[in-house]
Amino acid sequence: MSAVRTIEPAETSERDPRVPRFSPKRVRQIAWVVVFILFALWGLPFLLQKGWVPLPSHDATSYWITVFTSVVIYSLVTLGLGLLIGRVGLVSLCQFVLLSVGAWVAVRFDQMWPWLPYPAVLIIAGVVTGLSGTLIGLPALRLSGLYLALITLMAAAALTVLLKVQQFPNGGGGFWGRSRGGGPISQISRPSIAAGDTAFYRYCVGVAIVMFLIAFWHVKSKPGRAWAAIRQSEATALSAGVRTTVYKLWAFALAAFFAGVAGGLLASPPGVNINQFQTQQSIQIYAITLVGGVYTLAGAVVGGLVFQLVPALFLRWGIGIELFTILSGMGILQVLLTAPGGIAQQVPHDFGNLGKKLIGGVTGKGKAKAPAASQAPAAVAVEAAEPTA
Amino acid sequence: MIEVDGLTVRFGGVVPLDRMSVTFSAGTCGLIGPNGAGKTTFFNVLSGFVKPIAGVVRAFGDDLLSMADFRRARWGVRRTFQTEQAIANLPVYENVLLILEHTNGERSGRRQRVNEAIEFVGLGEVAQREVGTLGAAQRRLVEVARAVVGTPRLVLLDEPAAGLPDEETQRLGEVIRSIPEQIGAQVILVDHDMSLVSGCCETTAVLDFGRLIAAGATQDVLHDEHVIRAYLGTEELL
Repeated sequence: MSAVRTIEPAETSERDPRVPRFSPKRVRQIAWVVVFILFALWGLPFLLQKGWVPLPSHDATSYWITVFTSVVIYSLVTLGLGLLIGRVGLVSLCQFVLLSVGAWVAVRFDQMWPWLPYPAVLIIAGVVTGLSGTLIGLPALRLSGLYLALITLMAAAALTVLLKVQQFPNGGGGFWGRSRGGGPISQISRPSIAAGDTAFYRYCVGVAIVMFLIAFWHVKSKPGRAWAAIRQSEATALSAGVRTTVYKLWAFALAAFFAGVAGGLLASPPGVNINQFQTQQSIQIYAITLVGGVYTLAGAVVGGLVFQLVPALFLRWGIGIELFTILSGMGILQVLLTAPGGIAQQVPHDFGNLGKKLIGGVTGKGKAKAPAASQAPAAVAVEAAEPTA
Repeated sequence: MIEVDGLTVRFGGVVPLDRMSVTFSAGTCGLIGPNGAGKTTFFNVLSGFVKPIAGVVRAFGDDLLSMADFRRARWGVRRTFQTEQAIANLPVYENVLLILEHTNGERSGRRQRVNEAIEFVGLGEVAQREVGTLGAAQRRLVEVARAVVGTPRLVLLDEPAAGLPDEETQRLGEVIRSIPEQIGAQVILVDHDMSLVSGCCETTAVLDFGRLIAAGATQDVLHDEHVIRAYLGTEELL
C-alpha cells in the first residue's frame, strides 16, 4: 500500500472501500432486535396470560402487565439519561424529576383541552419537558463533573418543590385548576385504541419503539458523531467545527423529551401520585442507568427492567426494598470495576464466552471457528496483513 | 500565506509568546523549538482556544483572530493535537466524515470526499474498522485524514510523529509532503523529529521561550548557531 496516491474521482467512485452495508454481524443484530420486539409485543403478554412465566402469583396477570408497562415507560427515562452519560459524557441528576414534569404537563394539557388526541398530549409533554431540560442544561455549557451533578440535583429538588406547591397531581379544570376537597385527578384517559391493560402495554411498547428509533438515528448520524467528539474532548470538537453549545443543549433537550413522553404515558391509569417522585430517586435511576449500560441502547431496556421489575419482584417475595438500594450500590461497583458497558454488554459477552467454551469442549475447534464467524472475511485478512504497531 | 505580527500571549506572569512576528510562506513550513517554547500555544491561538493580548494573524488576507473558534474550522483551519484525538469507537470513515459534515454544508459528494481523504493517507483498506483497533501509526494517519478532508486552507500538525518508529515516520512524512500540492492547503508542522522537519519543510521558524529566534530556509535554520545553542541548552537541562 503506497502512502500517497494520486486521487482520481473515477477510481474512488468505482471501488468503494466500505464493506457491505449488511454485514453478517449487522444482520444478526437486526434479527435480535426484531425477535425482541415481537416478544415484547405478543410473546410476553401471551405467556403472562397463560401463566407460563415463572413469576410469583400467576393469577395476577394484570398486575404483571402493569409492571411491564412501567418497565417500558422507565426504559425511556434511562434511554435519555444513557445518551447523556454514555454518548455525550454529561451528568444529569434531574432526569427522574423531568418525568414528573412530563406527567404534570400531560395532565394539565389534558384538563385544559380534553379534545386533544392522546399522541398530541404525549408530544406536548415531551416538548415542554424538553424545553425545561434545555434550561437545566444551560449550566452544562460551563460546568462538568461534580458541579454539574450538584446543579442538576438542586434543579431536581427545586422542580419537586414547585410541583408540590402546585399540589401535583391534584387538579381540576383548566391549566392551573385545582380540585376542591382534595380529590386528585391524577390521570389522563388512555387512548381509545388501548383502553385495556394489555392493549395499553402494547401501546407503550409502540411509543418506546419510536423513541428508541429517534435515539438510534441520533447516535448513528451527525449528532451522534458530534457527541462522540465532545465526549472525546471539547477542544477537539471545536477545532473540528462542532458547535459544542448547540449539541450539548440538544442532548439535554432530547433526554428531557424522552422523559417527558414517558411522563405522559405514566400519567395514564393507574396514574401518578406525588410520592412517586422523590428527588433521591434521581440518583437511584442514575445508578441503574449505569448498571444497565450506557454505551448501548439495549442498556436502556435493561435499566428499565432493573428499575421496575426487580423491586416488584422483591415486593412479591416479601424482601425489603432497602435491599434493592444496596444491590444498586453493588451494581455500581461492578460497573466501575469490571464492566463499563453495564449488564447490556457484560451478559452477552460472558454468555458468548461460555458458549465458545462449551462448543470448544464438544468439537475441539470452537476457538478457531468463533472469530471467523464474528468478523467479515475482509477485515480478518487486513488484520493478518497488518499487525498493529 | 500566514502573516503573524507582534503576537503576544500572557498567562499571568508567564509569557509563552512574546511579540512573535513571522511569515509562513505557502507550502509546508516547520515550527520547531525546545519544550515550552510556545509552539502549541501558537497553534492554540490559531485555533481560538487562547486569546492573545496583542498581535494580528492574517491568513490569506483574512483576520483569523476575529473569527469564533468553531467558525475557523469552517474557514479552513484544521489541526491535530499532541495527544491522539481520533475517536476510538467510531470507524475511520465516520471519524473523517465528522469533520466534513461540520465544516461544509454541502451534502452531495460527501462520501466521495471522505473516501478521497482516507485514500490520500493510504487507509482505504481499513476505512470501516474502528479507530481503536488500529495501530498507533494508522491512528495518526486517521488524524491527518481528518485534517485534509474537504477544503482545508491551513493544516496545523502538532507533533504528528511523536512516538512513531522511523519507518512509520517516513511514511507519514510522504503524506505530509504531498498535502500542499494535492490538497491545496498550507501546512505548519511542529515536531521534534528533525529528519521529518527537514524532509517536509522548505522553510522553518524556531521559537525559544516565546521568542522567534530564527526563520528561513530549513537547512540554514538548522545550522544556525542560535538554534543549536537553544537546543543544546535544553539538552543540558535534561
